[in-house]
Amino acid sequence: MSILIFTILIWFGSIIAGFLGSLTGLGGGIVIIPLLTIVFGVDIRYAIGASLVSVIATSSGAAAAYVKEGFSNIRIGMFLEIATTVGALAGAFLALRLATPVIAVIFGFVLMHSAFVSSRPRDESLCSSKPGRLATILKMNNVYPTAQGLKSYNVCSIPLGFGFMFVAGIVSGLLGIGSGAIKVLAMDQAMRLPFKVSTATSNFMIGVTAAASAGIYLNKGYIDPGLTMPVMLGVLLGSSIGARQLFEAKTQKLRTVFSVVIFVLAIEMLYSGFKGGILK
Amino acid sequence: MNTIGDKLANHKMEIFIGNLLRAGVIISASVVFFGGIIYIFRHGFALANYRVFQRVPVDLCSVSGIMKSVFFFRGRGFIQLGLLLLIATPIARVAFSIFAFARQRDTLYVIITLIVLIVLIYSLLSR
Repeated sequence: MSILIFTILIWFGSIIAGFLGSLTGLGGGIVIIPLLTIVFGVDIRYAIGASLVSVIATSSGAAAAYVKEGFSNIRIGMFLEIATTVGALAGAFLALRLATPVIAVIFGFVLMHSAFVSSRPRDESLCSSKPGRLATILKMNNVYPTAQGLKSYNVCSIPLGFGFMFVAGIVSGLLGIGSGAIKVLAMDQAMRLPFKVSTATSNFMIGVTAAASAGIYLNKGYIDPGLTMPVMLGVLLGSSIGARQLFEAKTQKLRTVFSVVIFVLAIEMLYSGFKGGILK
Repeated sequence: MNTIGDKLANHKMEIFIGNLLRAGVIISASVVFFGGIIYIFRHGFALANYRVFQRVPVDLCSVSGIMKSVFFFRGRGFIQLGLLLLIATPIARVAFSIFAFARQRDTLYVIITLIVLIVLIYSLLSR
């Protein structure tokens, strides 16, 4: 295939991946890597590099909108970024050492987890206990805008959330995805933040986390300009269209369809990983 | 730090940082697009090969190498410059947050943010 045709096809594929990723809140990386490896036969290391860069683009591009709404909690985000950036460095160094079939298999499992998480409705159980000592020292308890005016919220289990975030960082650095599913899980289930706060804060963190491993990937020659160009431009365009549609489309139905697609992709990744060398 | 005035200043800073991020993304996407046009014009009819992994040439992997490629007006050099700007965008956000926390005299968060910044810079400069 000539570079011209290849670039155009990848660009179109990336628009769709970015659109679905932003519509469902899972991010473009989760679709773009299976698309590149399974459909276009790209080596997973190039795919990871390209995806990581597009993750930074979508997260940073969306930040302005999130910030204006006043949901993101900068202090929670910044504190947890210690965990995610150190995790992302560890993940990137791990990726340099692991065989590609192993990475494909891990990717398959993470995809399945994401499909599972996105198929279930999120259950909002706020942190009802009194403000804890750690949360007070770290000044994390805050207010957020609701239809009834500003409402205050507390933060639970900070050490557990911090641990989850370290794992999210490793996954992000190892696989080149934003790992928003794990980040949101940490903030919803462990720290018990209101949805809108955890979603906005997770977006805030995704770009910084991805930047931590992107430097390593760039230095090690994983970020190929010819491939990353259409991926980044496509995902960015697709996700900005998706963000605009969010207020009208029936997301629940789409979410279910998307989960099925992700599940099928996960099986493919596992199959190619096992066939590619783990069983030999 | 809980007065209304502080909250407002805080929110203004956040909006400024949000706009900074969006500007960073738009600028870097434009540079990538520009480089892409040059690249496609020069190499559009060569064969695409991403099936076999070979590391990207060294002069497209480091800040100094990328600058040199841009100087010689290579399309891929411009693409990498755009990507470098993109990676720098969240790093700039973290750096600006240090000022924001310092203005609020929040030493704890100045330190926390510095740690994050050091990790990010280490990643970008590691060999």
